[in-house]
Amino acid sequence: MPDTGYLLIVFGMGLATYLPRMLPLTVLANRKLPRWLTDWLDLIPVSILSALLAPGLVTSGTPRVLDLSKPDLLAAIPTLLFALKTRSLVGTVIVGMGLYWAISVLR
Amino acid sequence: MSDAMEEASSGAAAAGRTSCLADGLKTAWPICLGFIPIGLSFGVLAQKAGLGPVHVLLMSTVVFAGSSQFIAVSMLQGGASAAAIVATTFVVNLRHLLMSSAMSVRFPGVRKRFLALFAYGVTDESFAVNMACFRKEGWDRWRALAVNHITNLCWIVSTVAGVYIGDMVPAGAFGIDFALPAMFICLLIFQFRERLHMVTAVIAALLSVSFSLIFTGNGHVIAASCGAATIGFLLKRRAKRRGDA
Repeated sequence: MPDTGYLLIVFGMGLATYLPRMLPLTVLANRKLPRWLTDWLDLIPVSILSALLAPGLVTSGTPRVLDLSKPDLLAAIPTLLFALKTRSLVGTVIVGMGLYWAISVLR
Repeated sequence: MSDAMEEASSGAAAAGRTSCLADGLKTAWPICLGFIPIGLSFGVLAQKAGLGPVHVLLMSTVVFAGSSQFIAVSMLQGGASAAAIVATTFVVNLRHLLMSSAMSVRFPGVRKRFLALFAYGVTDESFAVNMACFRKEGWDRWRALAVNHITNLCWIVSTVAGVYIGDMVPAGAFGIDFALPAMFICLLIFQFRERLHMVTAVIAALLSVSFSLIFTGNGHVIAASCGAATIGFLLKRRAKRRGDA
């Protein structure tokens, strides 16, 4: 069974992950936000997605170094084209996995 | 209200709940597909670090944050203090401040109790999927909530299962490691409504890669997102001013 030390860590971590998720939602949802802020927030999803995705495709190791030979990047380009063409989430996931698998096996 | 009407309306409510769940499941499965291998490998790692199924269940339920959990387990193994682990978790998950702020626009006048429950399930993946779905007809906060909690349940089950069966699953099977990147690629494209969004995405990618090469840790995601959104915002403002002149 988990001891007190472990429980302390887990609940501390729980607060540390929950508060950044909860506070902006509860504080901002019932407020009229200024135009510049909603315009800025409108660009946040696209920025976050791109910022999360890109380093995994072209960097590797710790500390990270630029690595343009990863199967991730090779698979990402046709996957991107497929997504642009079809706009199908399910299709893109399946095609992406297939391409990645094929590239990893062939290398 | 007559009995017949009451029955009809409670029937409709029940049908509404079922379709919420069905739509949630339909939307959540690519996320689950990505969570399963990561969850299993977390379970394996945790087990090797001396944590049991109850420890893993507790952590996945209370914390529910993939990267932080991996970091916490390796810090535990290295004998780090509780304060150091909690502080690291906080920094790694600060990006959710941005996501939660961007989502708040979608919940005007919604009760705090719902928002508190919804917030628990906000992850990179559920955020990305829900923001894409909110642009479509027929998506609402209940469906978004279903996506959050279905993926949450999937994470908890996979991490605990990893403690038991993780070693039996071959690494890299069927390209499953690419499920989440592929999903992000498609969701990114769903966000391209105007040229400004595409330009902002390219700026964010360049900034994020550069920052990630210069700095260790996860700060590059927040820094690049704020930077790119600000540049995109300024570009839009300049274009508008030119248009007015």
